[in-house]
Amino acid sequence: MNTQAIGGMPEITYNFAYLDEQTKRMIRRAILKAIAIPGYQVPFAAREMPMPYGWGTGGVQVTAAVLGRDDVLKVIDQGADDTTNAVAIRGFFEKTAGVATTTSTTEATIIQTRHRVPETALGENQILVYQVPIPEPLRFLEPRETETRQLHALAEYGLMHVKLYEDIARHGHIATTYAYPVEVAGRYVMDPSPIPKFDNPKLDDCPALQLFGAGREKRIYAIPPHTKVRSLDFEDHPFRVQKFAKPCALCAATGVYLDEVILDDRGGRMFVCSDTDYCNTRQEAGHRGEMGVPAESASSDVMPGLNPGIHAVPPGHPVQGVDGRVKSGHDGVPVESGREGDAS
Amino acid sequence: MSAQALATGFSDPVDGAQATFRAAMWALSRPGRVEVLDAGLAPPAPLIPEAAALALALCDYETPIWLDEALAAMPAVAEFLRFHTGATIVADPAEARFALIAEPMAMPDFAVFAQGTPEYPDASATLIVQVEHFTGGGLLLEGPGIEARASFGATPLPADFAARMTTNRALFPLGVDLLLAGSGGVAGLPRSVTVWEG
Repeated sequence: MNTQAIGGMPEITYNFAYLDEQTKRMIRRAILKAIAIPGYQVPFAAREMPMPYGWGTGGVQVTAAVLGRDDVLKVIDQGADDTTNAVAIRGFFEKTAGVATTTSTTEATIIQTRHRVPETALGENQILVYQVPIPEPLRFLEPRETETRQLHALAEYGLMHVKLYEDIARHGHIATTYAYPVEVAGRYVMDPSPIPKFDNPKLDDCPALQLFGAGREKRIYAIPPHTKVRSLDFEDHPFRVQKFAKPCALCAATGVYLDEVILDDRGGRMFVCSDTDYCNTRQEAGHRGEMGVPAESASSDVMPGLNPGIHAVPPGHPVQGVDGRVKSGHDGVPVESGREGDAS
Repeated sequence: MSAQALATGFSDPVDGAQATFRAAMWALSRPGRVEVLDAGLAPPAPLIPEAAALALALCDYETPIWLDEALAAMPAVAEFLRFHTGATIVADPAEARFALIAEPMAMPDFAVFAQGTPEYPDASATLIVQVEHFTGGGLLLEGPGIEARASFGATPLPADFAARMTTNRALFPLGVDLLLAGSGGVAGLPRSVTVWEG
């Protein structure tokens, strides 16, 4: 809260991390109740933020409420540090809180994420803040808030199992690939936000604290560290995650979530790590995929605004090809389009 | 207004509240683990600095506070809290969002506090309980936030404390949440925790 006078007029400043203290207290109380009742959506008085709904206003408010001056913040958008949403939110907190930011998963104390869980295992003093578009897992099955609230109160989740069963009846397998519902600590069924179901197993027994913020829907929920998180399934149709046929084309990583990148208009494509920090760290350690570039020829300015260059472009391919992996960075209302399908 | 009521709050309201909240947040996230809480406050007795810090960080005009007999007997405590938080002090524990308890041995049954409703289990009380020491043993904890099991202990606590917590756990998702404050730290016992003697 520095008010430096410029030409007689006080410079316009913000409270630390933008939100006023009363708002932070309100959000903090909601966070404490969310932690005490894992998976339950605590209503909170979400504020208008200087960004549109769908761009992470819920996550931003949660981050602002927990953030301290010593924190190191990382923001990712579908795994990437360099996409619009991540760059904008990182800049927002650099400006309003003056905190240190990083792209390194291991250095960060708070990681705000849109739709991915980092590939690097999280530690016990880290906080993962999810941006959530629709927090209610039953919303598309039952539009009335009064009803879904009662279904949660009664732990009546038959509707969700019917939905998964209908998937099996229609497609032969559970076709839900993102925002795959989970049961938290044996009680509440929760929407893990639109992360690919690939990331669901990372929520279980995670040593980090996981906080979820939905700004438009005004809900906060949480998973404390080391909490049992079970993806809903059936005995004869157990939960399975996506598998990829080939390793990352840049760093040769296997067992990670890959993005498809269109390279040209002749069907050229590559699959690369969605988690840019993980991919870069591996490339720096000398791992090379089939389209990876030798370390000495990697250019550092292919992605303006980020240094060192994330996902160095392979020689002979246009930069636009790499840009093709950049996602729109926001969530539409009410149904999102363009989410990744089952990449198995 | 007495000088004690004007006893200073956080030297930096932004950082002080943030640091105190973070301690409370981690305390509830990892039940039984004592988080360091050094607020540098000098509240009127018998309110202790750790409990005062939690009240100042979390309470405002939206959160009625209930004081136990020992705290209610000292008008300076209510004045201090009103002055710094703007919260109303209520006589009926069921109306309170936060309860401050200076004498745990005499604390009322959890049932007198707001338990939340099945639709809104978050509309329940948070109890800030003042303790003298954390002993690290005597109770076994299990539940969300705890890897396998954790041992925990604090003095003074009523002899039937584990039984009270078991009753509280049986109400889940309803129930009250406890923040135990004292000797430079805070520990959390949310309603989700299962407590045994041992």
